[in-house]
Amino acid sequence: MKIKLAVAPGTTKENKTGSWRTSRPVVDHNRCIACGMCMRVCPEGCVFPVGDKALQGKIFYENDLDYCKGCGLCAEECPVKCISMQKN
Amino acid sequence: MRKILEGSIAVAEMVKLCRPAVVSAYPITPQTHIVEELAKLKAEGFGDYEFVRAESEFSAASIVLGASASGVRAYTATSSQGLLYMAEVVFTIAGMRLPVVMTCANRAISAPINIWNDEQDSMTVRDSGWIMLYAENNQEAVDLHAIAFKVAEQLNIPVMVNMDGFVLTHTTEPVDIPEQKIVDQYLPSYSPKAGEFLEIRNPVSLGALATPEHYQSIREDLHQDLLSSQKVLLSEMKNFKKIFGRGSSELVEYYGDPRAKKVLLSRGSICGTIKEVIDNTRGVGLLRIKSYRPFPVQEIRQKLKFAKDISVFEKCVSLGSGGILAGEVRNALFGENKKINSFVGGLGGRDITVKMIEKIIKATNKNTHDSIFL
Repeated sequence: MKIKLAVAPGTTKENKTGSWRTSRPVVDHNRCIACGMCMRVCPEGCVFPVGDKALQGKIFYENDLDYCKGCGLCAEECPVKCISMQKN
Repeated sequence: MRKILEGSIAVAEMVKLCRPAVVSAYPITPQTHIVEELAKLKAEGFGDYEFVRAESEFSAASIVLGASASGVRAYTATSSQGLLYMAEVVFTIAGMRLPVVMTCANRAISAPINIWNDEQDSMTVRDSGWIMLYAENNQEAVDLHAIAFKVAEQLNIPVMVNMDGFVLTHTTEPVDIPEQKIVDQYLPSYSPKAGEFLEIRNPVSLGALATPEHYQSIREDLHQDLLSSQKVLLSEMKNFKKIFGRGSSELVEYYGDPRAKKVLLSRGSICGTIKEVIDNTRGVGLLRIKSYRPFPVQEIRQKLKFAKDISVFEKCVSLGSGGILAGEVRNALFGENKKINSFVGGLGGRDITVKMIEKIIKATNKNTHDSIFL
């Protein structure tokens, strides 16, 4: 067996699936109610809170554009529709 | 110890002695007795394996694939429709280079529905990358399982041991079932290579995607390893003989007049009947295929050196083309000036009689492409 078939972990360090998307989510932080829904529904787990909660009284959410595939679930599930999918 | 056992029970006994860690299978006639016996042995405390009940053959094959991927010895058994149901997994196991061992109790394929013996089921996966061995009698079926585990684990190639359904599985014969310590002497415990199986301490992925750039090289790698597995099979058969005192170290067996011009070529239990006919007929030989994959081209060419008129008999057919084994034999003997005729019979368990074999022997002066159905 000349070719090893087992693959070491960490391929995503090189394979950034963000290049697959055609549109990306844009969050309107003024209308965001910080419910965390977008973070929970994201299939890639690339939505995360940013900013100092104490300072603003609100958690901002951003997407990791290295891995966001633009599926639009965050925009679809946002209860106040503050996320819009825009062409990348 | 010599016992009088039904073929499937004898095979189950040997599989247990080979110490698999995981056994998973789904019942199907005529393999059912093998796995029923393995379940019974486990229930009675004689077997040390995990017996996983699966809801289908696809599931059973996937379970043994997963078990093998986690670095333990795994076994399953099936026939006919069951083999077809797990076909996708059969290809995956070989492609992932997992040393699974499977018993196929050869049975006809639907439609029409038929539960009796023929070789068609195994033929459907002949391209899958498995080593495929065929037993002539129950003792050989038993012995080939130990050799199967040993060879599979050395080469990281899965092995299928074929035995004729009902004819062997449900026939009671005297067989020698060896002692555990002697089997342990021949077959050590399975040690998978670090970094090549699923393990928390050394995480890897198995079964990754391969792009056009890489896929063919990986397939060619398996093809070359199958071709060169002939040496390993021969050497393990030799080791088996040293420890157990029986079995021949050859991938095809020649029987009868060594200089016979007329040779029958076949495999499986029908060879027992053919040998009986040859014992009473002068100038005829039999070439029995023990290893079908890898297809032992050199050994066949060498042992058919004197043959001029070869009649291939098989219990399978490529519908719309003809005898499958016959085609491969013609390919192996390419360039040789020999007559090669194709006979197909015994499909769906139709009886092959001494008279039919005598008819094959008498059918000289024919050299036709068409397969003759008996």
